[in-house]
Amino acid sequence: MQQPFTIEQFYRNIAQKKLTGGKCLKCGKIHVPPRSLCDSCLSKEFEWVELAGTGKLLTYTVIHVAPPQFQSMAPYAVGIIQLENGVKIPGIIREVPFEQIRVGMQLTIDYEAASTGHQWPQWPRYYFKPVPA
Amino acid sequence: MRGKPLVSIVSAGLSKFGKIEGMYGRELFAEAAKEAFERCPNLDPKRDLDALFVGHMGESYEHQGHTGAVAADWAGLIPIPAARVEAACSSSGVALRMGIYSVLSGLCDVVMVGGVEKMTHRSTPEVTEFLAMASDFPFEQWNGMTFPGLYAWMATAHMHKYGTTETQLAHVAVKNHYNGSLNPKAHMQKEITLEQALTSRVIAWPLKLFDCSLITDGASCVILTRPELARKYTDTPVHIIGSGHACDTIGVYEREEFTSIRAARIAAREAYEMAGVEPGDVDVAEVHDCFTIAEIIAYEDLGFCNPGEGGRLAESGETSLKGNIPVNTSGGLKAKGHPVGATGTAQAYEIYLQLTGQAGRRQVADAEIGLSHNVGGAGVTATVHIYRRG
Repeated sequence: MQQPFTIEQFYRNIAQKKLTGGKCLKCGKIHVPPRSLCDSCLSKEFEWVELAGTGKLLTYTVIHVAPPQFQSMAPYAVGIIQLENGVKIPGIIREVPFEQIRVGMQLTIDYEAASTGHQWPQWPRYYFKPVPA
Repeated sequence: MRGKPLVSIVSAGLSKFGKIEGMYGRELFAEAAKEAFERCPNLDPKRDLDALFVGHMGESYEHQGHTGAVAADWAGLIPIPAARVEAACSSSGVALRMGIYSVLSGLCDVVMVGGVEKMTHRSTPEVTEFLAMASDFPFEQWNGMTFPGLYAWMATAHMHKYGTTETQLAHVAVKNHYNGSLNPKAHMQKEITLEQALTSRVIAWPLKLFDCSLITDGASCVILTRPELARKYTDTPVHIIGSGHACDTIGVYEREEFTSIRAARIAAREAYEMAGVEPGDVDVAEVHDCFTIAEIIAYEDLGFCNPGEGGRLAESGETSLKGNIPVNTSGGLKAKGHPVGATGTAQAYEIYLQLTGQAGRRQVADAEIGLSHNVGGAGVTATVHIYRRG
């Protein structure tokens, strides 16, 4: 049976260390997260595609004043990464000093089983880090 | 149709904005309603008002939802048909649009449109969390994003693409604090210096404390009627001649660009076309400066300058009270304050004062055409309204 094209299934795949999206069979748009109704052509037919987890940093910020769930992590950097096929995804950026973060730098995805311990969904997490030399 | 009044504002009210201790949101709304009723002695509110639309963002702040009826109750208007309108920080901008719909439908002759939020009794992390609820949960909130963070993404992108500087952002803050110093209802009524703005602590890099609007308590309202009935209530109506409203993706990360707010551009185009005016015709504007970068992007999205020139426009002084196009004469969200649900109609209130010559020390001489620009979330909802002196 085909997996449902849902946000929950996206995060189940993240738990398997897979970055996935739903590709519209009619117009070809790749949705991350997947949708059951294509926002481009309103098609309802999709297939799962696995995406390469490397891309370019489009913009970023360093959060100093955080919501309660993230206060223990602050300050932390969050950016928008554009993957090689054009798909954009936000993520926390780690393993690089803030002052070395640059728009345009190459980042790659990594995974962890973390949760914030609050009453939020216990989803696994992904984050981005510099491409190893 | 171009330039024809859609509806007319015959009165307006605003509570004091600030950290208002010992008052609930409903009581602040009553303050705004009282002023609107006092300004318009020819109006019998209980008899004449046909509907009430109230912008209100969050029940979390006061543990109180159902705000349409609550506001109606405390404004003494029961059993008026009332409804809360929620569109994050543009809640009452959208409520204004709903008010226009209701009058144009023919179902209502006179309606009250307003907004309210009581926020300052909550801690900053709590307010940060409540505000963030108006952004995408499964990807943005989940990755620790905040509202300052979302606009910081836009600031970083704008700086990278156009060379906009932190000093240019600070000029917006200095201007709006100066304007706020002239507004007795503003939350902050003192001037700041460029250096103070530039050395304030970082909230979400590159945005600092003085790049951010204020967490504020307040309420606002305007009373609308059919243009042909306006003179029955006042000799000095203000006509709304253009209205625009558009939405964009809840996730900022999905957008094609981060240096402009598409929903605001679309809403502006709709409002300008309806009004039959050009950006250069606008004499005074209230724009959604939830963060300094948002005012710079608003200049560009509203056509006050070309894309990428907003930072230089801020620096030039042309948007100050003495400039060609004074922006945020009230002090804006930055200094007057940003009780989120109240902001859209608080902007309409300021334009009403400006176009009726009641803006006191911050009056723009002979202002005839006004504009308000109210954005919900990080560019998710936008409304633009254009006003003409009656």
